[in-house]
Amino acid sequence: MFKKSTFAAALLAATVISGVASAKTFIYCSEASPEGFDPGLYTAGTTFDASAHPVYSRLLEFKKGTTETEPALAESYEVSDDGLQYTFKLRPGVKFQTTDFFTPTRDLNADDVIFSFERQWKEDNAWNKYVEGASWEYFAGMGMPDLLQSIEKVDDLTVKFTLKQKSAPFIANIAMPFASILSKEYADKLQADGKMSQINQQPVGTGPFTFVGYQQDAVIRYKKNPDYWGEAPKIDDLVFAITTDASVRFQKLKAGECHLMPYPNAADVEAIKADPNLKVMEQEGLNVAYLAYNTTQAPFDKVEVRKALNMAINKQAIVDAVFQGAATVAKNPIPPTMWSYNDAIEDDKYDPEAAKAALEAAGVKDLSMKVWAMPVARPYMLNARRAAELIQADFEKIGVKVEIVSYEWAEYLDKSKAKDRDGAVMLGWTGDNGDPDNFLDTLLGCDAVGGNNRAQWCDKEFDELVTKAQEETDVAERTKLYEQAQVVFKREAPWATIDHSLSIVPMRKNVEGFVQSPLGDFTFDTVDITE
Amino acid sequence: MFRFLLGRLAVLIPTFIGVSIIAFSFIRLLPGDPVALLSGERVMSPERHAEISAQLGLDRPIVIQYLDYLWGVLRGDFGTSISTKQPVLTQFMELFPATLELSLCAIIFAVILGIPAGVFAAIKRGSFPDQLIMGTALIGFSMPIFWWGLLLIILFSGILQWTPVSGRISLMYFFPPVTGFMLIDSLLSGQEGAFKSAVSHLILPTIVLGTIPLAVIARQTRSAMLEVLSEDYVRTARAKGLSSFRVVGVHALRNAMIPVVTTIGLQVGVMLAGAILTESIFSWPGIGKWMVDSVFRRDYPVIQGGLLIIAGIIMLVNLLVDLLYGLINPRIRH
Repeated sequence: MFKKSTFAAALLAATVISGVASAKTFIYCSEASPEGFDPGLYTAGTTFDASAHPVYSRLLEFKKGTTETEPALAESYEVSDDGLQYTFKLRPGVKFQTTDFFTPTRDLNADDVIFSFERQWKEDNAWNKYVEGASWEYFAGMGMPDLLQSIEKVDDLTVKFTLKQKSAPFIANIAMPFASILSKEYADKLQADGKMSQINQQPVGTGPFTFVGYQQDAVIRYKKNPDYWGEAPKIDDLVFAITTDASVRFQKLKAGECHLMPYPNAADVEAIKADPNLKVMEQEGLNVAYLAYNTTQAPFDKVEVRKALNMAINKQAIVDAVFQGAATVAKNPIPPTMWSYNDAIEDDKYDPEAAKAALEAAGVKDLSMKVWAMPVARPYMLNARRAAELIQADFEKIGVKVEIVSYEWAEYLDKSKAKDRDGAVMLGWTGDNGDPDNFLDTLLGCDAVGGNNRAQWCDKEFDELVTKAQEETDVAERTKLYEQAQVVFKREAPWATIDHSLSIVPMRKNVEGFVQSPLGDFTFDTVDITE
Repeated sequence: MFRFLLGRLAVLIPTFIGVSIIAFSFIRLLPGDPVALLSGERVMSPERHAEISAQLGLDRPIVIQYLDYLWGVLRGDFGTSISTKQPVLTQFMELFPATLELSLCAIIFAVILGIPAGVFAAIKRGSFPDQLIMGTALIGFSMPIFWWGLLLIILFSGILQWTPVSGRISLMYFFPPVTGFMLIDSLLSGQEGAFKSAVSHLILPTIVLGTIPLAVIARQTRSAMLEVLSEDYVRTARAKGLSSFRVVGVHALRNAMIPVVTTIGLQVGVMLAGAILTESIFSWPGIGKWMVDSVFRRDYPVIQGGLLIIAGIIMLVNLLVDLLYGLINPRIRH
């Protein structure tokens, strides 16, 4: 009897809760499963595409298609004269999403902002360890714990952040996914119910889409948030169909089983462009691949040697072979889509003869070196082994013997940062927040030697420029400083810059309004489906 | 029977502990470290690395970590995933029905086609049909699953458009899971066309996952049948004037089934291994894909928990197979 009634109840629940998706349903064939739905806990772009972008909003956000910030949940902000205090005025009347599992009773206020940051920052906050292994990786990685002095509520709609030192990139950090604003009211309710971990599975935010449900590794469903503070989305339902294999994603797109897909196989791009039902958007990604010499070890401590080697690399050949054209040759350490990119800089010309002569002039003979090739494909370098082989052949031409080495990924990352490491390491970077500081200081600053600075390169002139730009809040001034820093970089050649890959987004012809993000985000609040 | 069962269970316990040691230690022998992978290209400071390692208990001596883990497992706690921060067992229970449903369909597919094919080949020994069946079986056995899956997708989903490309059901249908088995849940949902959609989504993955077991079962059935068909009692049965169908179907097949059932039992392990690739191709949300992702992330709790549960299931299936022998052949009574 019991079994029968349970069955009947389940049947009834299934019938009542279920519903067939409505007309304007947009299906996105995403490339992987989100790790969870609390953007503070994770670092993967896939996770942010499923959590931070549809469900949440931030105080400031990146203007569509750019890396500039614009007001979002904060209507405006003021910076104190000493550059240490940032006062944010919150937008009044912003509503949190109403879902099957939570109905908000109040609008967004300063408490929500303070909660969203303090849970990541303060160890005594009840939410700091609400799931096992919560390490708030991005919050820590962007240096927030060392930067923040305090976050105070001035009034219900005003929050003041005080910093320990001047930091212009702080504004860009505030627009990053980890800085998403959560509902304190919802958090309090979960805490009272003893279900804290639910915040990572059933998110509630102020973003354009309301979370409906997630079937692990298969489907995520959202619906339009009718209370969204910004311009209302044009689609009614948003569905992520998780499809990990790029060839299968392409087949699904072709068959009309989804409207848009990320990360096609380079080999499929021609076929996608030729399909009459599909179209493709392309943009330079916010990334760079490089070969970092160890500038502390002979003979790579000599700038002439590094310059000579740079001249020997045929970068166009790498772009053609590895990306089949879906990348551009890099001359600067920051990509062309980033503000302050110095286009006046001339790249080292590919010239094996001149390279050979320069190497001889520097007194280097019979050089043997290691070139490290990453074991994994990354957006900025799809096949490091192939690229390393091409570099090996290029260097052979000028009499330099190359041994290609590789390690398991985590070991590679670990070993390559050692100060006394030999040879040149191939690696790259994808920008986090569109601020040049996120490339120039993070990868080439003196503080990063022995860490992210794989060239172990500490140049006083460069470091001073970058540090000064960090403390300067005027964008025009910062641009000048970064442009100068790129001149120093090119002159000193700690890296051979290899490529900036293109981000290619295939979609059905009837998709309108999708805006490609230079940060690599996939957001759907502006998309529409036409017949 | 009861003594046999007790004896088998007594063997299972040390096996289980052995598997847990292997699962626990082997993944730690792999180079790479789950803590460093949390931050990707961004380098983590040594202090922060130490702090997170301590938080996850990875800084303790490995024996202590193992004993702590084993104690947890005995209480039903398989730990928490490092990457998703969710309990391993909860994730497993959510994903396993999908793998089970696919595996069951694949094994049924393999048995329904494999046994008759093997029997037929044995009867027609040396003939063209025999060579055709065995040749096809060899190809099926040697086929790289990934390539085979993509080939079927391109042909049947891409060009002919007979089947959907991937997933478990059309995204049009949306209902909460009741049993986790899509065929059953789609019927329970009462939504028109849902069951049909679930079936159509199962076809290609079932064929891909069932191909190797089908080949193995067909070959095993053929060789077992050949052995039995040359036995005296078969000749006697024929001499008695029994119909060919009775001789083969009732007398010979029953005796040939013992090695075939063993093979089918062993295929369960093969099936779970094959599910890893099949699930990846067809975006099938099961444990195979989940385990592969976790290996790349060095998510220790998921890999060791997943391995342990899968090993437990395979051990139970083998125990069941042993018990089945008695039902098939009364001379093997435990």
